[in-house]
Amino acid sequence: MKKTILIIIHIFILYIFNLIGIWLKELLNLSVPGSVIGLLLLFILLMTNILKVEWIEAGAQFLVSNLVFFFIPATVGIINYFDLFKGKGALLILIVLISTILVMTSSGLVSQYLAKDKAGVKK
Amino acid sequence: MKFLLGIFFVILTIIAFVIAKWLYKRVYTPLLLPLTVATVLIIVFLLVFKIDFDTYMLGGDWISELLGPAVVALAYPLYQQRDRLKELLLPLVVGSFIGANVGILSGLLLTKWFGFSDVLIYSIAPKSVTTPVAVEITEDLGGIISLAAVFVMVAGVGGVIMSKYVFRIFGLDTPIGKGVGMGSASHGIGTAKALEGGELEGSLSSIAMILSAVFVSFLMPFMLALFM
Repeated sequence: MKKTILIIIHIFILYIFNLIGIWLKELLNLSVPGSVIGLLLLFILLMTNILKVEWIEAGAQFLVSNLVFFFIPATVGIINYFDLFKGKGALLILIVLISTILVMTSSGLVSQYLAKDKAGVKK
Repeated sequence: MKFLLGIFFVILTIIAFVIAKWLYKRVYTPLLLPLTVATVLIIVFLLVFKIDFDTYMLGGDWISELLGPAVVALAYPLYQQRDRLKELLLPLVVGSFIGANVGILSGLLLTKWFGFSDVLIYSIAPKSVTTPVAVEITEDLGGIISLAAVFVMVAGVGGVIMSKYVFRIFGLDTPIGKGVGMGSASHGIGTAKALEGGELEGSLSSIAMILSAVFVSFLMPFMLALFM
């Protein structure tokens, strides 16, 4: 029970960060998701020890470990777009797959090259 | 009535999620990810009982309300792995940054060359990043949220299935190369797969996934201004 209350309070704090992010986005007229601004803000406050990790830990763990659950409604929305994938629309899937290979290869090779002298990441 | 329906659909979603997770533990294959199975279960339920999506969203919207805080919460795993982030700062940051550029650009240009509409371009452009961020980017651009969510899933599942061959063909054989590749291209789904390759690979993948979500968010407006 105590744990549940803690999770709810922590999620509430994360919710506030999200609102601040949205507010900053509007204020500075940025085209970056408010939640991402909130993420950066929270990360900076944690790194500088201004905010203690204990204040968000239980809620953050809960959200991150159940992250997938929160995507379900958005994904279910595909129900309205089945027709799109008939015919030419199927190409979109192919585009996603090609692009995915390109991302995986480019990011992987660059980081592998840049880390080649570091210990601990050898084959 | 709306309130009760909302509660009903939240409970339905929880049940679908629990069943999907239970199944995934027993039958392990990337195509039976909890997200895909739960989505299919709910879609079948809605089709069988002739419920339209808007009605489902009476509850679905409450769940989606937590997407924002869930993105903010990603600061926590990043903070937890700060030592690793510092140690491998350059490879992680530069690798994810390159991946973010390649992901937006290839998605955008290929979709454009094949003559698809702007709405579809906006829905496909953020497909390499984790769903809540992709959804928010797409919403801002005026794309279709649900399509974005599905393209993200395809990038995740497709990336996991193809990774074995991509790694072999292109010579990705270190935890950092594989981890950053998985996290940048296939976000959370890729990270779950990377964890099978060890704690280090999984952790590097999760860092890359979070970094690339941040980079894609910031790069998107510039890329669109340049190439649209």
